[in-house]
Parts: sequence; structure tokens; C-alpha cells
Amino acid sequence: MKTLGKVFMGIVYAVLYAPLIVMVVFSFNAARSTTHFSGFSLRWYSELLGDFDMRDVLANTLFISVCAAVVATVLGVIAAYGIFRIRSKRLRNAVNTVTNIPLTNPDIITGVSLMMLFTFFGSLLFHRSEILGFWTLLIAHVTFDTPYVILNVLPRLYGSDPTLYEAAMDLGCTRTKAFWKIIFPGIVPGIVSGFIMAFTLSLDDFIISYYTNGHYNILATKLYTAVKKPVSPEYYALYSLIFLTIMILMTVVNVIQFRAERKKDGGRPTGQKGFAK
Amino acid sequence: MKKIISLALAVLMIVSMAALFSSCSKKARLDKLRRELEGKLEADYSNDLEGTTLYVYNWGEYISNGKEGTLDINLAFEAVTGIHVEYSTYDSNESMYATLSGGGVNYDVVIPSDYMIGRLIEEGYLAKIDTSKLSNFKYIDEQYRNPEYDPTGEYSVPYAGGYLGVIYNNTMVDPEDVDGTWSLCWNQKYQGQILGIDNARDALATAMFALGIDVNTSDTAEWDRAAEYLKKAVPLYQSWAMDQNFEKMEGENAAVCVYYTGDYLTMVDDMDEASGNGDHLSMYYPEEGTNVFFDACCILKGSQNYDAAMLYLNFLMDPYVALQNAEYIHYVCPNTAVTENPEYSEYHNEILYPKTEVKSQYYTHLDEATIKHYEDLWNKIKSAG
Repeated sequence: MKTLGKVFMGIVYAVLYAPLIVMVVFSFNAARSTTHFSGFSLRWYSELLGDFDMRDVLANTLFISVCAAVVATVLGVIAAYGIFRIRSKRLRNAVNTVTNIPLTNPDIITGVSLMMLFTFFGSLLFHRSEILGFWTLLIAHVTFDTPYVILNVLPRLYGSDPTLYEAAMDLGCTRTKAFWKIIFPGIVPGIVSGFIMAFTLSLDDFIISYYTNGHYNILATKLYTAVKKPVSPEYYALYSLIFLTIMILMTVVNVIQFRAERKKDGGRPTGQKGFAK
Repeated sequence: MKKIISLALAVLMIVSMAALFSSCSKKARLDKLRRELEGKLEADYSNDLEGTTLYVYNWGEYISNGKEGTLDINLAFEAVTGIHVEYSTYDSNESMYATLSGGGVNYDVVIPSDYMIGRLIEEGYLAKIDTSKLSNFKYIDEQYRNPEYDPTGEYSVPYAGGYLGVIYNNTMVDPEDVDGTWSLCWNQKYQGQILGIDNARDALATAMFALGIDVNTSDTAEWDRAAEYLKKAVPLYQSWAMDQNFEKMEGENAAVCVYYTGDYLTMVDDMDEASGNGDHLSMYYPEEGTNVFFDACCILKGSQNYDAAMLYLNFLMDPYVALQNAEYIHYVCPNTAVTENPEYSEYHNEILYPKTEVKSQYYTHLDEATIKHYEDLWNKIKSAG
């Protein structure tokens, strides 16, 4: 039975990772073909380096992802703290539900409705037919990133020790000072993992970006439209690199979380405890 | 806390360094291109629009872009004219149309296909182009001027095109079975070795051409007849394919497919590079007729930079630029300065420039009811097979 379980697990992981492995392997192919492996070469990687067009688009993608992640993290932390401090349980649940809807909402609906919103306001408020671009893309990305940051930060807040905060107040801290000295250090791991999650989500996103990017090109939209010619293995090289980056980031997130959990000496349950009763 | 700040700073540093690096190298590249192009261009591109931006909307991977030693046309345009090209791409005529009609974003130049140009003209999206002001227009071959989709030739300047045709592996297909008609796609002998083209219009068109039906008909009974005929071929299909054609044909895992001119040449190149077997593939245009398509440059009515758009169109037709572009995109080039140039690698290539006229027809924009009808037929065929 045990071996059977292991075999099953092996199959599951093979299915999960085989496509990625094939892509990585063919990114090292000497020829353009995706059927013949004609020899190991770094040709597509060097081509990628020399492809300025791709570099611009990659720079755009990274820039929008970092910007969106930074804004979403700031907003998300503020929102999480706000939700955490709401006293009425009913209101808190209501706010929580509202912030979680974008998580479950299909991307295509978010994308199309954001586009409609932007073009509507663009013509109504600014009398401009040209509205989609960097700023609308940024707003869109922040919109879907923020709930994930909240989701990462909230459990940390609930896990913090309310007595410490009260003690700090008793000893003369202002509310702000108590927040920075007591609450904030405790939620840092949540903020970091929220930030990284927001960043990778932005990096990944295609559907919402497709509707809101205007002239601002990013990788996903560029690849999607490359139809007149077969996909260049350069893309395999690029996506192998991105996969590697995301894997490293995810490992970092997990290490951070693991360490934070160990620090708490076995840890307290991260349920709805704390002083927001 | 310190860790966070240092992490944030590191990210910031990487991003700003990347930005700095790309802006520095861009200036150097512009200078280099300007030197490279000196004396090679025919027309005069001096203008007073320096520093403005031109928005161009084209198919993805459909312009020479500096990859693998080719000319980066958009950057070259900026080097020569000082006008920055903001280039975006789309994946189909329909998604381009959706973007234009959806609003929120403006373009100056678009490069859609024939039937979509007809539709854009009809719906008043396009600005007129005075070709007498384009000094390089003289190079456009007579046969591509005033096409069906733009009978007066006032709204579009041909860019590139091609035909739908039958590609087959001559080591797998018996030469006797190749009779120059669509019948190869219905030949029982190649059960499981034929690839069906995976889009409604082209797939049904293969049957319509074979039966001699007008591909632009709005008579639903004719479409039904075509669908019935296509159904006979479906059991022979290994699978439906568009870009999978490349893998299957290059890997010699299928014997016959229906695809476009430029893609055949790409397949041959790829096979030559991978295994040296490029000569295994052949292509022909069935004598009953086939589809011809052309993509052409248009200027949109809402263009904020019309003069720059005209410069861009002229630039694309400049013999040197057009040659570089034709070498990259591998489709039929309408520019005589290119096709009559012996240095052009597809010079007198019989697939791109057939000696005898190919019996061919453009698709036109059909009415909603007809589109819905054939899409229903198509869905039924696909779900059955």
C-alpha cells in the first residue's frame, strides 16, 4: 500500500512537472525544432540576451509587477489592520467577504469590467478616447493583488499577542508607536510573503492585462499574439528563466514562513483569536 | 525590518539599473542603425515631427524585429525620422476589431487582412491615403493594387500575403496520388496521416473549393453541402491542427496538411536546420481554386499623427526595408523592388510567386446569420469527429 502511494505521488508530480521539464530541455536545443533534439546549445539564451524588443517587454513586465506589488502590499497591510481592528463581528465578516470576492471572481469578468470602467470614465471624466495604458494596467494589477496580501497578513495579526500591545500602551506608547513596535515586527513575514505572492501573480497574469494594457506591452500579451510564425524557442528560454525565478521566490517564501513559525515556539493557533472581539 | 528595507532597495536597484541600461543602449543602437542605413534608403524622410510617437497595431511576429541579425524596422524608423514607434500586436482580425471598437486606446496604423479591411472601410474606421504622396508606392506590383476589398485603393497599401495550399511529405505520399486537386485531403489511403485545418472558415473552404461552391456565399444550403463533404474527410484526420502543423510535418509524423504559404517555407527551413530533410516537403495550390489573403497597412480616422503614419507607410515600402522585412516574414511581398532583386532569398520562388496565375479568391466579410450558420456546422463537425 505504501509503495502504491509513492507510485501515485510520483505520477502526480510527473504530470505536474513534465511539461516544464520538456520546455526547459527544448530551450537548450540547438535547432528551432520542437521534435528533434539536435544538440545542447545556449543559442536561444544568447538570442534572448540580444533581443532588445524582448528586453523592453521584459522590463515592462518586471516594472509593472514590482510597482503593483509595492502598492498592493501597502494597501493590503493597511486594509488587513483595519479589518483586524473592526469590533463588530458581522461587519468584519462582511468586509472580509467583499475583499475576497475578487479572488474567486473569474479573471475574464474582472478584466472586461475593468476595461469598461476605464473607457467609461476615460470618456466621461477626461474626454479622452485614449485611456488604457500603464496606469490602468497598474490599477488592474493592484486590484487583484491586494486581496492576496490581505490574506497573507490577516492570520499574522490574529496570531499576535494582544497582551503585548496592551502592555505597550500601559507603558506609555501611543497607538502608532505601539503598532510599529509591537504589531508590525510580528506581521513582517506575512507582508513579505504577501509581497512576493503579489509580484508573482502580476508576473503571471494574462487575461486581466489583455483587456487593460492599451499600448503597454507585457510578456504574456506579446506571446499570445505571436501567431504569424511558430513560437520561437527564445520564449522557452525566457519562460525557463521565469520559472526558475518563481521557484526561487516561492522557496524563499516558504523558508520565511517556516522560520517564523519555529520562532513562535510551537506557535499559537492562528484562528480568530487576539483582541478584536 | 532591516531585511525588508534591504530587499526593497535591492529590487529597486535592479529595476532602475535595468531601465538605465536599456535607455543607454537604446541611444547607441539608434546611432548605429542610423550609420548602417546611410545611403541605403531611397526616399527622403526628413520631417518636423521629431519626438512624437506613432502607434502601430499589427499581427504578432509580423515585422522584422532585429532578431537573429535582421533589421529592427521600428527602431530603424525611429533612427531615421526621430519618431518613436509604439508597437502593439494582436492575434486575429477579430480581436483587433474588438480593440478598435471597444475604445480606450488609439492607434495610427493598423495592418489587418483583406475582409477585415473591407469591413473597416464600410464602417468608416479608415482615413484615406493619397498614394501619390508616397514616393515608394511605385514599387507596389500592379496586380496587388485596387484589390477586391478596397476597389478604389484609397484606404490601404498592401503589406504581405499568401495562399492556402496543400503541404505534403513527398516521401510518404505516392506521387500518383498528387493530382493537383483538393482530392488528396479526401484520399482514403492516407487514413490517419492527414491534418485538418483547425479554423471554421478555412476548413469549410477546402470542401467548398473542392465542390466548386462560392466561398463567400450566404446561401446556407451551400454551406450545408460543404459541411457534408467535409465530414467525409474527418475520419481520415489524425487531428485538427494550426500551429501543431509545424511539429507534425517537421517531425514527419503526418503526411498531408492544409496551411499557408509562408508557413510552408518556415517548415522547410526548420527541417533543413534540424535534420537536413527540408526537401521532403512539397506544396501546391489546388487547381479548383484556393483562398488568397492579403494584409495591408491602413491609417485610422482617429489618428493623431497622420503625417508620421504616411512616413511609416512609405518607409515600409522602401526597397531596402521591404527586402529586409520580406526575408523575415516569408510571405508574398507585393514590392517589385524586392521580387525583382536577385539577392532576395525567395527570388522567383515558385511557391510565393507562381509563374502561372493561381486560381484564388479572397474571403469577404459575411453577414452575421451566415457566420452563425457555418460556426454551428463547424461545431457539429468538430464535436462529432
